[in-house]
Amino acid sequence: MVFPRGGVRALAPIDLQLNRGEFAALVGPSGCGKSTLLRLVAGLLEPTAGSLSIENRSSGEVRLSNAHTLSFVFQQAALLPWRHVAGNVSVPLELEGISKSERNARVEEMLRLVGLEDFARALPHRLSGGMQMRVSLARALATQPSVLLLDEPFGALDEITRQRLNEELLRLWGNDGFTALFVTHNVYEAAFLSQRVLVMSKRPGQIVADIAVPFEYPRDSSLRSEPEFARLTGDISRALEVASS
Amino acid sequence: MKEFIKRAALVVLPPLLVFVIVLVVWHVLAVRLDVPAYVVPPPGRVLEAAGESGSKLVRATLLTGAAALGGLAISVIVGVIVAFAFSQSRIIQRALYPYAIFLQTVPIVAIAPVIVIWVGQDIRSVVLVAHIVSLFPIITNTTHGLTTVDRSLLELFQIHNASRIQVLLRLRFPNAIPDLMTGIKTSSGLSVIGAIVGEFFAGYSESSQGLGFLIQFWSGQLKTAELFAAIFASTLLGLAIFGATSLIGDSITSRWRD
Repeated sequence: MVFPRGGVRALAPIDLQLNRGEFAALVGPSGCGKSTLLRLVAGLLEPTAGSLSIENRSSGEVRLSNAHTLSFVFQQAALLPWRHVAGNVSVPLELEGISKSERNARVEEMLRLVGLEDFARALPHRLSGGMQMRVSLARALATQPSVLLLDEPFGALDEITRQRLNEELLRLWGNDGFTALFVTHNVYEAAFLSQRVLVMSKRPGQIVADIAVPFEYPRDSSLRSEPEFARLTGDISRALEVASS
Repeated sequence: MKEFIKRAALVVLPPLLVFVIVLVVWHVLAVRLDVPAYVVPPPGRVLEAAGESGSKLVRATLLTGAAALGGLAISVIVGVIVAFAFSQSRIIQRALYPYAIFLQTVPIVAIAPVIVIWVGQDIRSVVLVAHIVSLFPIITNTTHGLTTVDRSLLELFQIHNASRIQVLLRLRFPNAIPDLMTGIKTSSGLSVIGAIVGEFFAGYSESSQGLGFLIQFWSGQLKTAELFAAIFASTLLGLAIFGATSLIGDSITSRWRD
């Protein structure tokens, strides 16, 4: 896939296949085109050359035909400030024309899953950054997507909150079994979450390493202090360093 | 409710204080310098005149206020519709924007007589003049709010396959509400000015006389104290409409703040 952005070639040819239900992390130096790749997968951008398919259909087609196949979690929580928490989670369900009674049930369930059932009527600006991100996750998963794309979602949060949300995300993934593509520049986060870490080079970005993460699920916070975990993150860091030079 | 009263007091008290200071200075100067009453009447004389013409002034203020609010209401409706069109098409925006600026820059005293010729010597002309002067801030503010939506939110709607109408009504319009309120606040004062200017030319009949009519009438007769009373009534009307729109706007937009 090649994509020009303002005349700049953002991505070099990329050949990438994700398996159903897989959790993959994408790391790379800033400006390497990670977000561009994610937006191509989401069908928000069209590749200038090449093709991209989800379950044998192009991503644009997927978006048009069966929108709830795909959800996106943004860098910021990206909540509608005028809607309370439940109203925000309900947005994609409304857009996809799901009936009100089903919407309410789904929203309630999602808020329970992310531990925000007591905040259904709270406005977003009353919530902490971590809670806002939980709302954003609940919203993304409300449509029961088969593919979840995450664009550095926890980058703006403090370390403790980030770790907690990583564990929570894994729990949700364990429940739902969606395919996840998680963009981050944090190698610890990438290793903790994913089954494979894809390393991108600087612009024009291409995938220069595909590192398998062998740890069993369910993973908990103790994994972060294992020596193998340190060795693996060391490997990823080195690959990232090579990719950035 | 307590919160509301507190906020209302914060809006009303500071300008009221300034008003009292001006009143005192004015009285002292008018008496000390021995200015003729037909040039600058002392505040006591103005109050007296206001009392004598009380019912006339109240009726005029209500009439002018109704015309101003009518013009403002039409501006909200028309302004939002125009802003919708602007937000949907750059071509439409390019084609119409110069005329929106024209509305803003044309001296309203110059076109008010034309409007009276076209529409007639009644309240409809006055409402129309109030509408014309209060339209522009609503168009520009609302357009700004409709077109400056967070990119992530637009992408969210796009990913979930939202139609143009859904994006407009569920994302762009709510996003523009605080800007619309700012526009209404700005326009509220203008609409009162517009109504009074309109009344200068529309004249009205014996039974319906607005503040603009009274101002002209009393200035012609050199009834300066009455004239001052009418000016104050106009100011109070402007303040009241501005205060009301500010309070309504602030309480609506409180949930938008983050």
